[in-house]
Amino acid sequence: MSAATATAAKSASAPGAANPRGPRHSIMSRSAAMLIMGVFTLYFLTPIWWLLVSSTKTGGQITGTAPLWFTLESVPTFLANLGNLFTYSDGVFGRWLLNSALYAGLGALLGTVIAAMCGYALAKYEFRGREAIFNIVLSGVLVPATALALPLFLIFSEVKLTNTLWAVFLPSLVSPFGVYLARIYAAASVPTELLEAARLDGSSEVRTFFTVSTRLMAPALVTIFLFQFVAIWNNFFLPLIMLRDQVLFPVTLGLYAWNSQISQIPELRVLVIVGALVSILPLIGTFLALQRFWSSGLGAGSVK
Amino acid sequence: MRAHYGKATAAFAIVSALALAGCSGGGGASETEASATSCEPASGPVELTFTTWVPGMDKVVDLWNKENENIKVKVQTGPNGNSGTYQNFFNQLQAGNAPDVGQIEYDALPNFRVQDGLENIAACEGVADAQDKFVDWTWGQVTFGEEGAVYAVPQDSGPMAMFYRADLFKEAGIEVPTTWDEYAAAAEQIKARGSYITNFPRSDVNWFAGNVWQAGGQWFSSANDQWEVNLTGDESAKVANYWQDLLGKGQVSTLPSFSDEWNASFNTGQQWTWVSAVWGASTLASGAPDTAGKWAVAPMPQWEDGGKAAGNWGGSSTAVLKGSKHPYEASKFALWLNTDPEALALANELGGLYPAAKSATDLDAFAGGVDYFGGQKIYEVFAEASSNVDPNFTWGPTMTQTYTDVSDGFGKAAGGNGTLLDALENGEKKTIDSLKSQSIPVKE
Repeated sequence: MSAATATAAKSASAPGAANPRGPRHSIMSRSAAMLIMGVFTLYFLTPIWWLLVSSTKTGGQITGTAPLWFTLESVPTFLANLGNLFTYSDGVFGRWLLNSALYAGLGALLGTVIAAMCGYALAKYEFRGREAIFNIVLSGVLVPATALALPLFLIFSEVKLTNTLWAVFLPSLVSPFGVYLARIYAAASVPTELLEAARLDGSSEVRTFFTVSTRLMAPALVTIFLFQFVAIWNNFFLPLIMLRDQVLFPVTLGLYAWNSQISQIPELRVLVIVGALVSILPLIGTFLALQRFWSSGLGAGSVK
Repeated sequence: MRAHYGKATAAFAIVSALALAGCSGGGGASETEASATSCEPASGPVELTFTTWVPGMDKVVDLWNKENENIKVKVQTGPNGNSGTYQNFFNQLQAGNAPDVGQIEYDALPNFRVQDGLENIAACEGVADAQDKFVDWTWGQVTFGEEGAVYAVPQDSGPMAMFYRADLFKEAGIEVPTTWDEYAAAAEQIKARGSYITNFPRSDVNWFAGNVWQAGGQWFSSANDQWEVNLTGDESAKVANYWQDLLGKGQVSTLPSFSDEWNASFNTGQQWTWVSAVWGASTLASGAPDTAGKWAVAPMPQWEDGGKAAGNWGGSSTAVLKGSKHPYEASKFALWLNTDPEALALANELGGLYPAAKSATDLDAFAGGVDYFGGQKIYEVFAEASSNVDPNFTWGPTMTQTYTDVSDGFGKAAGGNGTLLDALENGEKKTIDSLKSQSIPVKE
């Protein structure tokens, strides 16, 4: 965004560039920046607004009324849609939400712990092959998760774990980017002197890690957790390939399956829309709750 | 006809042998002949898995499980075939853990056959005798015309007819078209009134294929141990030029099918007809609720005056996938699922299926008039259409790719860039390339 602002400022000040640092320049550049940010905000929020509005309509109203504004009976329709969503097909949608919460919540938590330990070890301990290991992990960042789905399916088939929750849960625990971030952050924020002091006081390495180091690394850990949570929540391809039993589906796959039925079962259209709205609420909630850590964590990682 | 079938058998045998050698690499070339393996019941209780994407199928299977203590069926689900389930089947076949029974659309069956993914269940009890229970053309789809072979049990079908706005035609004093010539004439009059006779579905190539099917065309055939691809035969060209003409004159719209704009266009009376399959009735009813009671159904317009031919759009079979340990029980279940009146009625109610079984006409759901269509007994029209679908139409082994290539070209043609026939020519070329790259013998 800063690059965009700078460009905008330059072009805004070009016509009457007598006094580039004057108040006029400042107002021009500010309003240009605001304009650009406003356009982007609109661009990103309009689909969500549409989703919100559409979820308060019946199937017929979605096509028959103004797409970006509510109808008169919005509230009762929304409640009815919500009721249908959670009762359709024996309330399987609720189950999907719980599954997503389990995969994403627990997966991100354990994944963060693993990434933190790994990154911390790579940052704070000297051992042979340390850089080699780090480079291998780093190259993992470059491999898209989608490309690994099919090989994973064949491996999980060998051990007869396809179509179980493990098939989605276990691969979710691994986050090469998390390891990278944890290492960078641990190197910068955990002073080696502090660890030596802890050792002198007789604290074991594991205890030092959990009681001292993790607190110092907290912003990075929250960042890793959020990244992982979002990645797992939005993960679609792996569950698509692994899961057959609809009680194991995460909410993304469930909605996709419903969406692929719309031409045959048109009433699913409304359920997909309301379901999509409900499915992004946990993400928004998590973001708002952890927002402060998120930004400080990102900033700290980026300058080192 | 017999002779033709015999050749087809040989072609498929070769094709699957090559596919086996070329793709799966191992496992040995088991029986690639169209001879059914023996099919004996298991000695103890059996559990089957059944993958389907029809909503409510678990409820239908509950009926079965209540009555069959020793053959329990577990329902698995996923997105519709081309959206992921077929790819999953192929992955599972490769990993050796495919479900016993799977839903496969007719246009995808040859692909599974060529990849040796289907069990021949002809020898299983009751399967060969079931032929009379299904509409003729659906049986052709699951046997590929091979002697002594049945690869799936027909599940549902999509016989085509014409939905039209009875009120608008009457008001305007335009005759409801019975031939394609009359249809084109009506298109002009309707355009003059500022509406469209219909929407050309540029991405639904299987809709277009349904029209070619009606015209008596064949896109794929096998002769002399080779596939022959012919997307540009006389009938295909006739259909392509016909729609190209309407497109060129701007007498049909080109909205993306089943989209919001598309629904709105029907709902606000912009569209006067929709030549579509039987399942289109519920699509219309939910997408265009404001026009309830104003629609009616007539047979598809004909190429020849007084003709009766109909096309088909969609429909699935219930197949027993390769590697199932219990083909006897699996085919018993598949037959029950697609012939039992109670099962058919429930599958229609929950999943909107129009059964391939002839007994469909006896079901209450298809007996009465439908309010949305002004009380017309629309299913009589579709049952009649179904009996007039050419039983010899064959799908190719790479339909997903063919659909994609042709629909790319259709999209361009709809935008005034190239013609529908160009798109078919290009699709034909790409399909032949694709068959060659998979080592499937194809006539150039």
